[in-house]
Amino acid sequence: MMTEISLNILDITENSTRAGAKVVHITVEADEEKDLLVVIIEDDGCGMSKEQLASVKDPFFTTRTTRKVGLGVPFFREAALQANGKFEIESEVGVGTKVTAEFQLSNIDRMPLGDINGTVHQLVIYHPETDFVYKYIFNGNSFTMDTREFREILGDVPLNNPEVSEYIKEYLSENKFKTDNGKKF
Amino acid sequence: MKSLEELKAIRDKMQGQVGLRAESEAGTRVVVGMATCGIASGARPVLTALADAVAQKQVPDCAVTQTGCIGLCQYEPIVEVIQPGKEKVTYIKMTPEKALEVVDKHLLRGQVITEYTIGNALK
Repeated sequence: MMTEISLNILDITENSTRAGAKVVHITVEADEEKDLLVVIIEDDGCGMSKEQLASVKDPFFTTRTTRKVGLGVPFFREAALQANGKFEIESEVGVGTKVTAEFQLSNIDRMPLGDINGTVHQLVIYHPETDFVYKYIFNGNSFTMDTREFREILGDVPLNNPEVSEYIKEYLSENKFKTDNGKKF
Repeated sequence: MKSLEELKAIRDKMQGQVGLRAESEAGTRVVVGMATCGIASGARPVLTALADAVAQKQVPDCAVTQTGCIGLCQYEPIVEVIQPGKEKVTYIKMTPEKALEVVDKHLLRGQVITEYTIGNALK
């Protein structure tokens, strides 16, 4: 198992980049009144066939050849279900894949969200071919980071340039704080 | 608050510099396994420690990247050091502390830390 939901998000989104996604939308929404944490990862990658989709929750199914098990989706699903949540995965070949995980926010068995900024930063820096649209919502307040917007300004300067990387790190932490006032959950 | 103006300033500063994208094939590549197996066993802090140390200590001509499953899940987190003309070195069961040692000894001084390599574990 992973120790943080943000590590599950990192893992699942790695699949999106490997599926050749051009743009990945990551949404994290926490609402204390609804007692709900929702994570949505949606990509425009190669998608999966009905057969693949049916077996993706099975730990002993994987598309890789380096090993015989694929635990990414089962881990994420288990994390949601153990926190009185829901898990859904939709996919269409040539269109993309959408993974939705819901958690009961106050559930004792819900893993902490963890270092979500670290996850988003790492995804952006190490996947220069992919764009990310990250939306973070807390009790109705929200902010969105869109790497396409950054790229438009940056022109030839890559997102993994050390100064840009530092900028993105600070951008994420300032905006997250502004949105949730530093609330840990 | 971080403004987009600030990003423009970074661009203006960087654009004058030559060899911006130069991650030359000739340099050192440090690769961290970042599949489910790696992530679950702590690859993220290892990657962060490596990237920060390489930048901070200004290791010359060195790129830190990540990859998928290397197929040796039981030995994760795995770090591979690939240098032209040399045999690839595979470090296993890495931690941020061991990663910093790799930066100091291997990347900066050219000494392979045999103790942490897969070759050593398989002996």
